[in-house]
Amino acid sequence: MQITSPQFKENARIALTDVGLQKALGNVKNGFPQKRANAVKRLPEFDQLRDQGRDLKNHIIANLDIYLEEFEANVIKNGGHVHWCRTSEDARQTILKICQDKGAKTVTKGKSMVTEEINLNEYLEANGITPVETDLGEYILQLRGEHPSHIIAPAIHLNLEDVSETFHAHHHKPKSMDPAVLMQEAREELRARFVAADVGITGANFLVAETGSSIIVTNEGNGDLTQTLPKTHIVVTSIEKVVPTLEDMTLFLRLLARSATGQEFTVYNTLSTGPKRPEDQDGPEDYHVVLVDNGRSDMVGGELQEMLRCIRCAACMNHCPVYGSIGGHSYGWVYPGPMGSVLTPQMIGIEKAALLPNASTFCGKCESVCPVHIPLPKLMRHWRKNEFERHLTPKAARWGIKTWAFFAKRPTLYRLLSQTSNRMLRLLGGKKGRIHKLPVVSGWTDHREMPAPSSKTFMQQWNEKQKAGH
Amino acid sequence: MLDNNKQPVIGLFVTCLADLYRPEVVFASIKLLEAAGCRVEVPQGQTCCGQPAFNTGDFSNTADIARLTITALEGYEYVVGPSGSCIGMLHHYPELFQPEDPWHARAQALKARAFEITSFLVDVLQFSNIKSQFKGQVTYHDSCSGLRELGIKQQPRALLAQIEGVELTEMEESETCCGFGGTFCVKYADISNRMVGNKTENVAKTGASTLLGGDLGCLLNMAGKLQREGKDVQVRHIVEVLADELSYPALGESAYHLGKSL
Ligand code: SF4
Repeated sequence: MQITSPQFKENARIALTDVGLQKALGNVKNGFPQKRANAVKRLPEFDQLRDQGRDLKNHIIANLDIYLEEFEANVIKNGGHVHWCRTSEDARQTILKICQDKGAKTVTKGKSMVTEEINLNEYLEANGITPVETDLGEYILQLRGEHPSHIIAPAIHLNLEDVSETFHAHHHKPKSMDPAVLMQEAREELRARFVAADVGITGANFLVAETGSSIIVTNEGNGDLTQTLPKTHIVVTSIEKVVPTLEDMTLFLRLLARSATGQEFTVYNTLSTGPKRPEDQDGPEDYHVVLVDNGRSDMVGGELQEMLRCIRCAACMNHCPVYGSIGGHSYGWVYPGPMGSVLTPQMIGIEKAALLPNASTFCGKCESVCPVHIPLPKLMRHWRKNEFERHLTPKAARWGIKTWAFFAKRPTLYRLLSQTSNRMLRLLGGKKGRIHKLPVVSGWTDHREMPAPSSKTFMQQWNEKQKAGH
Repeated sequence: MLDNNKQPVIGLFVTCLADLYRPEVVFASIKLLEAAGCRVEVPQGQTCCGQPAFNTGDFSNTADIARLTITALEGYEYVVGPSGSCIGMLHHYPELFQPEDPWHARAQALKARAFEITSFLVDVLQFSNIKSQFKGQVTYHDSCSGLRELGIKQQPRALLAQIEGVELTEMEESETCCGFGGTFCVKYADISNRMVGNKTENVAKTGASTLLGGDLGCLLNMAGKLQREGKDVQVRHIVEVLADELSYPALGESAYHLGKSL
């Protein structure tokens, strides 16, 4: 996937005038947050669960190696295989090799952001293997040649008309605007693919160390078919997904469903524990887990460590007014919204992702809804600091803040600066009391008036009064 | 509740925007604090809380400014300011110093004493003697830092409820950011514009003639947008209404008819 994060501002500008996208984004704003709020209301101990989730995740991250090794040992005991992949390239090659060893021509895929992260589809295609997305949203995107714009609702940027047109163009059936009909069309197309697939690839929401299981949660059931029908099941996931026990997993399932979609529980919660045993009716003959690191282990013990708690619920983007204005594609890579503005710089490099951690008012809404209390504004600020220290902050902003700080550290000079600015702004505001156009802050006055100060600075007036013995 | 026999001494944190744009907000704050039985002083060593540097990632200058501010505000029983955002920044100071650094303890001590004005009046002073002649339908914007960093939500409403002439109509999404965000509004002007546009739409829908809030950054942003859109809503800081300091025009309105000179 082409990275367009350096063009974030242009992307955003285009997104803001895209009528269809804006309509679709209205649905995000009016949908997920309300559902989450209702679900939270129905569970009085939700906040306690969040604290538990945070603490448990902290414990897991501190013992990540131990739980991962326990997970690996149990997968092997169950007859499966674990592949440790430090980079995206390692992961792609590992997956390709498994597919090639099986002589695979097509693979079905459940929804997985990690496979987006490692750019798996393009790689498989380039190597003669056809990936078929089976999640409805991902399927639509695959037909359209697009990438997800949201981590749990990948096609949220589209409207019904878009889907209708896409299906009409690809399925050669009469055009329909009935979601049930469209769903049925997709089902029919996919059924045949499920049966024909040689390999099924899914992600994992969690990995359970004590049993060596992986779990996926979906509302469509496509994941079940993806992992049970083909002879080989590959789980592609990342190292921070491990949890110690099944019971721990249920804590996160409760947090995840409510934070993501406002459900009490996701419809399908499917555990996979190794390949099919002799007494099993169905299941894959081979079970592989590809554990992707891709910069995550570098976060352990560092300033971004808390980000590893993320359970990919998307609450932060659902509630983000910036995401809600511009949509996920503007961010220019796999992970959008606040969580993406923290993760993307780590994964593609801060040079390319420099604009993302700055694209926030630090309103704090994301942190307030995060089920595991990730301090997203603080982590974005960490990146700003990193940029400042490495001279990646734009020159004008850098110079501006340094000059301003020179004054801010000298009270007497600062007062003079304030007085001068105050007088200038009042003159510019004139009789109207506001300024219509001020080129040095055109970003402000292009869109709004600038109120002028109402009188001399407070300090000036106060000190005059004090002198007058008031 | 405070000890009745003791007059608390307040070090007023003026905040840059109030100093520069809206001195009346500071005078109104002083009036309220004095009405509530406090003695108010204005520490001369203060400048800015340092938030612009902090949010640009310039932690070294932020720490310098923090040291200056901590020093200026030491020795006062309480530090009070008319902005959730700036007081919220004072609450961030301990993050700037390692726990073993003596400045860390001094920053902690400041944090424990620093309050935004509406929360100080309600939570600390339990002040219930607001006297204001203000009359009209108002709506209230919950500025982000105050709301989420300092838990300011019901305090301004509790104070407004004491004014007979105030009719409060809540807007939709009163807790959603107005798009100001300090330098964000200039650096990401298009996105900010969309956010403030959503906000003014919600304000207008209430039919209120006055928009109130507790942070001048947000208020300047929303006032400027309302004026550009030609929406007839007056914007004021809540303390102006609480202190009955209404003899001068609302934000960005003309002072001319009042016969004031520059
Ligand atoms: S950062 Fe928090 S809110 Fe955002 S996706 Fe991760 S867990 Fe969910």
